[in-house]
Amino acid sequence: MASLKESLTSSVGRKYVMGLTGLFLIVFLLVHLSGNFTLLLKDGTAFNTYAHFMKENLLIKLSEVILFGGFLLHIIQGLMLTAKNKAARAVNYQVAHKHDKVDWTSKAMSALGMILLIFLIIHLYDFFRFKYFVADPQMTADGTMIDLHGIVRHEFSEGGLEGIFHLAVYTLGMAAVSFHLWHGFQSTFQSLGLRHPKYTPFIQGLGKLYAVVVPAAFVAIPYIIKFTAEAH
Amino acid sequence: MDINVTLKVWRQNGPNDKGDFKEYQINKVSTDSSFLEMMDMLNNQLIENGEDPIAFDHDCREGICGMCSMYINGRPHGPGDGITTCQLHMRSFKDGDTIYIEPWRATAFPIIKDLMVDRTAFDKIMQAGGFVSVNTGSAQDANNIPVRKEDADEAFKAAACIGCGACVAACKNASAMLFTSAKVSQLALLPQGQTEATERALNMVAEMDAQGFGACTNTGACMAECPKEISLEHIARLNREYMAASLTSRD
Ligand code: HEM
Ligand code: SF4
Ligand code: FES
Repeated sequence: MASLKESLTSSVGRKYVMGLTGLFLIVFLLVHLSGNFTLLLKDGTAFNTYAHFMKENLLIKLSEVILFGGFLLHIIQGLMLTAKNKAARAVNYQVAHKHDKVDWTSKAMSALGMILLIFLIIHLYDFFRFKYFVADPQMTADGTMIDLHGIVRHEFSEGGLEGIFHLAVYTLGMAAVSFHLWHGFQSTFQSLGLRHPKYTPFIQGLGKLYAVVVPAAFVAIPYIIKFTAEAH
Repeated sequence: MDINVTLKVWRQNGPNDKGDFKEYQINKVSTDSSFLEMMDMLNNQLIENGEDPIAFDHDCREGICGMCSMYINGRPHGPGDGITTCQLHMRSFKDGDTIYIEPWRATAFPIIKDLMVDRTAFDKIMQAGGFVSVNTGSAQDANNIPVRKEDADEAFKAAACIGCGACVAACKNASAMLFTSAKVSQLALLPQGQTEATERALNMVAEMDAQGFGACTNTGACMAECPKEISLEHIARLNREYMAASLTSRD
């Protein structure tokens, strides 16, 4: 028999945690993306109001804790699974064969996860930099908001190496999200036991659609900003 | 037709030996011969030369016992889908080919010698719950317990697993999920399997972990290489069975 702790740390239990947090992050990315669209507006009011609301609202603060918890669980489980799986094949084969029925993204989940982790660290550094170090004093001083909208747009559209660096990091990060979810989206459902000949082909198709469209939309925003900003 | 091939065979003198490829040339192999017959030819050649013959597992030579574990040119059981090594024929190779042969590689399957691995870990998983405890007595009437045709068919497909370990060999995580899921499914789908369903799922997964197999990343390499083409659907079923058992077991 098994206690809940034993169940959750078994190889199947860990995959349930992976699947649940993976699904949660998939939904989160959609919410994140919808907010980002306001960056496209030339007028910063919508984005700044949104950013201000996200910073001050208590419920948002609570969801932020849940979001960080979700990420943390996903990352810790991902690292532990990777270690366990490596140990199970301590000595590798000398000759490898690429099977055409096995997608490379599925074999690269932990490597893609590591790239995502690096991206996430850079991303969160930027996030907290603005949230606490830049935004805070000016946002509360006289009740007016700093122009976060302008700052972000500038980050991506500024000339020289810095602008290119921001764009490159962002583009690579989103490429990693895309490949991670190319396999990960449908994998989540399989981990949770949700597989059925009637619905699985649809889930697999939807997953590939999501893996292409959502990261592409994330990436399109800074490029649109860059090229429309340069136009005048 | 006859062909000549070069073989690079993994030679390892025991679990703790380092091991390495050794090259052998073998000529005039009939393309009608099976891969194992070619290996027999090679071993005769080695014995005649006074060398140590290559240790490899085999038994039925008709694709039902699961013993013939060989990792050929980077694939369990070599090229071709839905076959074991004993069902692989030399017509799958060309004259002058170099063929690499390795043992199954998994921490849970230690190498005994050369291409022979110890698959006791699978027996341990079976002993943990891959059975039904019934008082057999005399045979009962065939239709005493009605079973839905679709379920019977699915259970039968799961029961086709021959315990060869190609799923473990193919998986980058050396995971035994396909094997374990087949063994859980064949009983989970039938009324006779219900009584012990909770213990079965929990104990077999626990044993699988204890034996040092990896977890499932859903790559599907196992299904692609399984000689009995066991489906990932069974892994999803195992995941459901396991979670239901975890949530409802009383401790
Ligand atoms: C936007 C961020 C992320 C999203 C949306 C995401 C989503 C997913 C999804 C849906 C899966 C499939 C789950 C399953 O197979 O049940 C997955 C698997 C995985 N993720 Fe992530 N992930 C993200 C970030 C990360 C990060 C930062 C890491 C770093 C460690 C990571 C490591 C992994 C690993 C190792 C797996 C495969 C686990 C396995 O099956 O062996 N992920 N992810
Ligand atoms: S599931 Fe397939 S590959 Fe794995 S042991 Fe059974 S028959 Fe062999
Ligand atoms: S020797 Fe029995 S399956 Fe190949």
